[in-house]
Amino acid sequence: MTKPDFETPELTLTQDVPAVQPGAMEHSKPFVAKAAHQEALGFPGELVDNWKEVALDKMSDLLKTYRSLPVFLDSCVKCGACTDKCHYYLGTGDPKNMPVARQDLLRSVYRRYFTVAGKFLPKLVGAKDLTEEVLEDWYKYYHQCSECRRCSVYCPYGIDTAEITMAGREILASVGIGQKYSNEIIGKVHKIGNNLGLPKPALADTLDGLEEEVKEDIGVDVKFPLDQSGADVLVIVPSADFFAEPHVDGLIGYAKVFHQSGISWTLSSYASEAANFGIFVGNYENMQKVAERIRTAAMELGVKRIVVGECGHAWRVAYSFWNTLIGPFDFLDPKFPIPQHVCEFTNDLLSQHILRLDAEANDDKIVTFHDSCNVSRGSRMGNQPGGQFIIPRQLLRAACNNFVDMSPETTHEHTFCCGGGGGLLTDDLLELRVKGASPRMNALQRVIEDEGVTHMAAICAICKSQFSKVLPFYGMGMDMIVSLHQLVGDALVLDNGH
Amino acid sequence: MGIIFSVLFYAASVLFVVALGRRIFKYATTPAPLVIPTTPAPMTWLGVIGRMLREVVFFESLFKGNKWTWLFGWLFHFGMLIVLVEHLRYVSEPVWFWVASIQWLGPYGGMAMFVGLAGLWVRRLVVDRVRYISVLSDHLMLGLMVAIVGSGLVMVYVFPTDIVMVKSFMLGLIKFDWQPLPSDPPVVVHLVLTLVLMIIFPFSKLLHAPGVFFSPTRNMRDNPRERRHTTGWRSDAHPEK
Ligand code: SF4
Ligand code: SF4
Repeated sequence: MTKPDFETPELTLTQDVPAVQPGAMEHSKPFVAKAAHQEALGFPGELVDNWKEVALDKMSDLLKTYRSLPVFLDSCVKCGACTDKCHYYLGTGDPKNMPVARQDLLRSVYRRYFTVAGKFLPKLVGAKDLTEEVLEDWYKYYHQCSECRRCSVYCPYGIDTAEITMAGREILASVGIGQKYSNEIIGKVHKIGNNLGLPKPALADTLDGLEEEVKEDIGVDVKFPLDQSGADVLVIVPSADFFAEPHVDGLIGYAKVFHQSGISWTLSSYASEAANFGIFVGNYENMQKVAERIRTAAMELGVKRIVVGECGHAWRVAYSFWNTLIGPFDFLDPKFPIPQHVCEFTNDLLSQHILRLDAEANDDKIVTFHDSCNVSRGSRMGNQPGGQFIIPRQLLRAACNNFVDMSPETTHEHTFCCGGGGGLLTDDLLELRVKGASPRMNALQRVIEDEGVTHMAAICAICKSQFSKVLPFYGMGMDMIVSLHQLVGDALVLDNGH
Repeated sequence: MGIIFSVLFYAASVLFVVALGRRIFKYATTPAPLVIPTTPAPMTWLGVIGRMLREVVFFESLFKGNKWTWLFGWLFHFGMLIVLVEHLRYVSEPVWFWVASIQWLGPYGGMAMFVGLAGLWVRRLVVDRVRYISVLSDHLMLGLMVAIVGSGLVMVYVFPTDIVMVKSFMLGLIKFDWQPLPSDPPVVVHLVLTLVLMIIFPFSKLLHAPGVFFSPTRNMRDNPRERRHTTGWRSDAHPEK
């Protein structure tokens, strides 16, 4: 690793709010998508000549199709309650990373072209012409938001900056300046079926390898079925689960759970991705097209149920949006939630005593849990509000004797983003990722010192990758981060062997 | 005086109602294509009503967000509620009993508004983050409110005005039987600025008042699995291949 040209924030046991430092992150922006990656998604390849007109048309369009936009852009009273809630502001001090200031980048243009006050008295109400500098600012600061929704919890009008960021990114992509990382990935899903561009033979190989590995490890024939028609359950996992650490241990965990439950299941090579970066660029059509593969696969394989693996934004899209995007799911078994989270799946089996966990298997660990932003604030598990906090903790307590929570202002609905969500999990944004992780790192440091925590479990592929990368910057081991289903899998009592 | 005022009053009222109505119509008719309540969220309409009530009556989210802003904001708004009810005595004859029964609270409401406004303004000037996000109109809005409340309190405590005459003027407006208005400076300032407030209401951040009810993160149910939500802008949200 080359030495980074920025400083990692110091760990503090309490979360301080930094002073405003204008321009502190002005230099941070991700690589711009190449023409081919833009065009594959239906966006122009490069900045169009009449970009201003196109941008304003797009904005006008969005204002008519998303109620959140006019309501949020009109309603903010600049009360400031959100200003110290964003991990990117807390980590960088750049005032344009305060949620309201991030919204204002779009709001000032909205006021100028779409409101009476801004048309006639622009100075008075902070309205601004749409210039290249503004466009540049949009590109920079709409890629310093992980769409984590933390700000929306504290706003008296529920203003969700993630909605504004999505609109900003969609406008940018529509005039020809998309983000390389996200758009390239969406293109791969459209073409091959997963973020990694992993074709069927490679996927089949990987799964065979996993079967051997588990067999060697515990001597049990745990299967990783692929494209098996007539299976009961289609399991959709983030593709990182196929090979990345610690993700793959989570996948092994799901496989063990299915093995022990006796319920037949399959992965799909056509729909080999739970992630849906369409949400990150805020584009309905792309989000739908990515999701559509899953409906198709489920119908073709003739499954009765769909279970989704550990991934935060994927679960938000699946839980909150799938029914709208690719429903109705009248071809699936209505007795089970559609879709079902793998944590719900395992938790149900546990409560029916179909599975048994031996928590002693994890006695070498003291475990804490990172609530993923999209799961916490954009979805649910189980049949009551807040089930998304209860169920993973129930599983962890069943799988580990030593479980402790981090401080309450950093968990549940108040959780901090890992710093790499929302399409920012790319090395060209490393400084932002490291700094944005600092609020979570502070809370983690505290339980390490106070409770001797050794591991942090997560249920999101992005969180896992992000923490593996940034933990070392804070002097912590990258293997502190584990998949929840790794812990479950290790504690699971299997009939033939353990 | 009375005539000029009457004309201004009608003009401001028509503008207020029409412009605000158009804005509300826009909010009400723009679809919310996806299910986006900030979770954990209620799963039923009854639950949503409860959440909305807690939001509007107690400022629940703001309370989670910032205790000082919450305190001053709440003082201001609930002072205003009291003052508005108290002011109904100028348009009811005989005065409704529930309006009459809270008359004594009126001046306290005015003072609560004043304290709230002062606190909010100090925060806007002193806290670097809030200063950064403030533009001229944010300060002017506070100034306008302070002037309206201040001129009202001046009439209560310093230069009492002929409120019988004010009342007959107000009733005259309603009955289209125009009456003269006292010409003391405080009452003129108070009324002119209130008309200004009515005029800018539908074009400014005061739209937060209707806005909060239309906020999809607060008014949607968390039931996407149980009930299929459609975008509202596509005939069929699911294109077959
Ligand atoms: S959504 Fe999250 S990342 Fe974006 S502004 Fe709000 S708190 Fe910050
Ligand atoms: S909390 Fe809401 S109303 Fe207050 S400044 Fe932030 S976005 Fe605006």
